[in-house]
Amino acid sequence: MVITMPAAFTIERHGDPVEFKPKVVARHLSFYYGAVQALFDINLTIPENQVTALIGPSGCGKSTFLRTLNRMNDTIDGTRLEGKITIDNQDIYKNGTDVVTLRKRVGMVFQKSNPFPKSIFENIAYGPKIHGIRNKAVLEELVEQSLKRAGLWEEVKDRLHLNALDLSGGQQQRLCIARALAVDPEILLMDEPASALDPRATARIEDLISELRSDYTIVIVTHNMQQAARVSQYTAFFMEGRLVEFDDTEKLFTKPKEKQTEDYVTGRFG
Amino acid sequence: MSFRHLQDRSVKYFLLAGASVSIVVVVLIFAFLIREALPYMKSPGLGSFFSERWAPTSPLKAGYGLLPLVAGSAMVTILATLIAIPFGVCGAVYIAEIAGKRERELLKPFIEMIAAIPSVVLGFFGLVVLAPIVKSAFGLPTGLTGLTGAVLLAFMAVPTIMSISEDAIRNVPRSYLDASLALGANRVQTIFKIVVPAAMSGIIASIMLGMGRVVGETMAVIMVTGNAAQFRFTPLVQIRTMTATIAAEMGEVTNGSTHYQALFWVGIVLLFVTFCINLVALRVLRTYRRA
Repeated sequence: MVITMPAAFTIERHGDPVEFKPKVVARHLSFYYGAVQALFDINLTIPENQVTALIGPSGCGKSTFLRTLNRMNDTIDGTRLEGKITIDNQDIYKNGTDVVTLRKRVGMVFQKSNPFPKSIFENIAYGPKIHGIRNKAVLEELVEQSLKRAGLWEEVKDRLHLNALDLSGGQQQRLCIARALAVDPEILLMDEPASALDPRATARIEDLISELRSDYTIVIVTHNMQQAARVSQYTAFFMEGRLVEFDDTEKLFTKPKEKQTEDYVTGRFG
Repeated sequence: MSFRHLQDRSVKYFLLAGASVSIVVVVLIFAFLIREALPYMKSPGLGSFFSERWAPTSPLKAGYGLLPLVAGSAMVTILATLIAIPFGVCGAVYIAEIAGKRERELLKPFIEMIAAIPSVVLGFFGLVVLAPIVKSAFGLPTGLTGLTGAVLLAFMAVPTIMSISEDAIRNVPRSYLDASLALGANRVQTIFKIVVPAAMSGIIASIMLGMGRVVGETMAVIMVTGNAAQFRFTPLVQIRTMTATIAAEMGEVTNGSTHYQALFWVGIVLLFVTFCINLVALRVLRTYRRA
């Protein structure tokens, strides 16, 4: 099977066709946990410097798909992937691909905030350090920048040596975003980043996502359809391991092409 | 009062009694030790313990110096712990993080089985195998030395350290590993910079518990350390530990004599040391379980 990747692609934005550079392209992607197939022939192109939301009922494969993009599924025994995923036209599953470099380019924020049981400073500095930055002044600068980008600097600048686990839930999640930003990724994967947070902390994360869009390509998995509508420009709807529909977020929510999508976004199931 | 209520109460008190027995026994042991040891404080007085000479049966002038015994126990314990730490901790990291499932299922019970070997059997091994090796390796007149005892005790401490450390390492939340790997760290970096530090309090507790086991061990050391109470700071000579002293001398001592009382004081010191070590270990273990 010859799999071709588009150099550019056009998609409607508020009714007008807009041309985007494709950042991530998945073609004929299938994924298996042992004998169980979790993804079926996914074809999806994710535009650069936009927020793309992945929605769908529990177990639809949206998180699995997200984790194929930084090869986090590799850490689970017995998984298998077919098809192809490219980032900037480079096949990330090609033999000899350096997973370390890939994960440096593709940052990830998890559903449950997971700061290391270390100080705030050490949490942010961990990534740069493992990638070889030793200079203390450079590290301090990086920590400050990352915390500022994540909107956490003002709250923690006087207590960088406090244990990160003493922060509030919302602060911990922004710390995790700052930690991901510190290794200077191009793509940010977010797996239901606000599902464990209260409405105010959620609003802060959503604002942050909108701010980060200009510099990063963001892919966010969410259960919450209002959230998808608020933060994303594009939305992919998954069901039972298949991609049902991908479109401009506004269009997908107001004029879906597929009956299944319509049923889901109008709350008839899921 | 209904029958059911009565039954409820009686079961409760029965269980309470069961639970109390162990506390009562510990208190009684302590009271008993103190009672037997107490007359020593009047004559010859606790000051006599601070001497380098332990010679309670000397016909000319009896010596009750605890220093060589305490030093002997301390040296063997510290040395054994230092030898056991790298094996125990590295083994725990390997089993918890690197070994495959089948390897783990084979290795872990095997190592835990070492703890089940009776110490007198280990003493045989020390006497027949270890002592000649130590003797020829260092060109000593005898292989029965502090070092021989320490190596043997290290062997006994490794299962404790490995088993509890492995638990601690496996209890490190999977989410820490994910976070580290997602930042581009490789497996070795993740293990040594995230997983091991996160499990550190459990690892320290395991070392303390291993030490507690080593301090109190008697049979193996009595067989391989030569049992000469010398106050010398080298592991390459015969030494005598507190436990070996009590075990060797208690059977032949005159009831109520000064020697008898002195041995009870050795027991009190030993009990105090193991109590402290275990207390610290449990403290550390509790903080790590909470975190």
